Amino acid sequence: MRAYITYFKLKFISSLQYRMAAWAGIATQFFFGFVYIMVYVAFYESGGNHLPMELPQVVTYLWLNQAFLALVNQFTKDQELYKLIKEGGISYELARPKNLYFMWYFKVIGQRLANVTLRFLPLILVTSLLPKPFHLGAPASFLHFLFFLLSLGLGTLLVTALTVFYPIITLLTMNEKGTVTLIITIGDILSGIVVPIPFFPRFLQIISSFLPFQYISDLPFRLYVGDISLQYGVFGMCIQFIWIILFILLGNILMKINIKRVVVQGG
Amino acid sequence: MSFIEVKQISKTFRVNKKKSGLKESIKSFFKRDFIDVKAVEDISFSIEEGEIVGYIGPNGAGKSTTIKILSGILIPDSGECVIDQMTPWKNRVKYVKKIGVVFGQRSQLWWDIPAEDTFDLLKDIYEIPEEEYQTTKEDLIYRLNLQDIINIPVRQLSLGQRMRCEIAASLLHNPKILFLDEPTIGLDAVSKQVVRDFIKKINKEKKTTVILTSHDMADITSLAKRIILIGKGHVLYDGSLKKLQNMYETEKYVSIKTKDKLSIRNKGIKEKTKTKEGYDLIIDTRYITISELLNIVSKKITIDDIEIDHENIDNIIVKLYEDYKI
Repeated sequence: MRAYITYFKLKFISSLQYRMAAWAGIATQFFFGFVYIMVYVAFYESGGNHLPMELPQVVTYLWLNQAFLALVNQFTKDQELYKLIKEGGISYELARPKNLYFMWYFKVIGQRLANVTLRFLPLILVTSLLPKPFHLGAPASFLHFLFFLLSLGLGTLLVTALTVFYPIITLLTMNEKGTVTLIITIGDILSGIVVPIPFFPRFLQIISSFLPFQYISDLPFRLYVGDISLQYGVFGMCIQFIWIILFILLGNILMKINIKRVVVQGG
Repeated sequence: MSFIEVKQISKTFRVNKKKSGLKESIKSFFKRDFIDVKAVEDISFSIEEGEIVGYIGPNGAGKSTTIKILSGILIPDSGECVIDQMTPWKNRVKYVKKIGVVFGQRSQLWWDIPAEDTFDLLKDIYEIPEEEYQTTKEDLIYRLNLQDIINIPVRQLSLGQRMRCEIAASLLHNPKILFLDEPTIGLDAVSKQVVRDFIKKINKEKKTTVILTSHDMADITSLAKRIILIGKGHVLYDGSLKKLQNMYETEKYVSIKTKDKLSIRNKGIKEKTKTKEGYDLIIDTRYITISELLNIVSKKITIDDIEIDHENIDNIIVKLYEDYKI
């Protein structure tokens, strides 16, 4: 266990080396946050009917989305892992007396936690001081906030289990473009980081509820703004848990199969 | 049973084959042609504990593939291999605890952070007890002269500095076996010497079994008493370096300093040239030994000074490759 924590620590230290990237990330997140919010403000002002959420709820959802984007998005690929596979550094990985799946799992989660730690605080602080309509609201209740934290934690485990899957596939395909990119794009849309799930058409909401993606970040954010009842929150977290176990199991099995067929690139 | 026992190992890779050019690329987009490349075929050898074995062969002979099979990274198509009572690819996690590997062309150090941070990670990965770790680390730092470079981000190190750190990283857990795949690639003379001396020392003091590949024959001659030569996936020679040298080293270069005039005729003397200070001879040791030559020469003239040179080991290897047509 200790080795995995050290992996996390090193990823964290490595990421700290790139301060400019963190600042640029923060700036980007502010920019996108404002753009998205302005779109929704215009949308609400034009007086649409049957809107699924209150405007302040949507704004808070969008800011949370930006603040925790580095943690919950699927499009960030851990370049280091792909490089290992494509250029043959996998040799060293296989020469370690540890489960390769969990080595990768902790590398990815370490990277994500490191990235988000450098970014979320400035966003939360500044946006909670902004005037309406750009104001980041308080959580619906203390319990909602607690559930939000819990399910965000589970969501992080879930998105990590998902993203570790892709390099494992790449062990055989040798290229992460194509299928993997397609899955990631669909996954990101269905996770609600582009448009919150309540704004989806009914049929897509039903399909999405059977897929893992919306349990990454949509569930915690909607718990925070109080769009989801606490009872449903418990149910949602059970689903998160099931997906996590399922993906980790599948990932381990696939890893075992693919390691046997691995080819070290580049001599 | 030997410490390392390799029996009839074979491994084939499937390689995508495609001619150059746009038309061929489009064609191969729809239909792929594969060829099976036999990386190693029917390789067998055994190695005793504490040996240093040089594993040599031309590019693409299967050296790295063998090393990767022996270190549990690749799984052979057929054959058996037992090292320290374990099969590398079957008991991978348990087995790799006992081995250290250095791949000269790759890096195991984390690029953005100092090497010492990677060392700390390895300590946790190999579950090295704190005290043992500190002693080993101090020792490696001292021997490989890492004091000044261990705290600099790896990306800012020179190749030679980095390689010294790589080797230290592979030895933190005191492995019983050390696999070195071209450990001196790209290093300058001084760094090479440091690395060689170091390998010699740990082999002597800790009885570490070392298997190394290199294209620099000086590495092999200074380290290995025994070599295994492979070409096109087959073992071609397995035995002492000395024997190989004797087999192929039929020429010796003798330069004699003298003021006298030398006239000598012998089947064993292939070439005689007059120089400013004396004569340069190339002799064939199959017909005349050095002592016989000296005997003859010293009877005829007064020798002021004499120098005897071996044939360059690199030339021997070139000859060897030619003989085996690899």
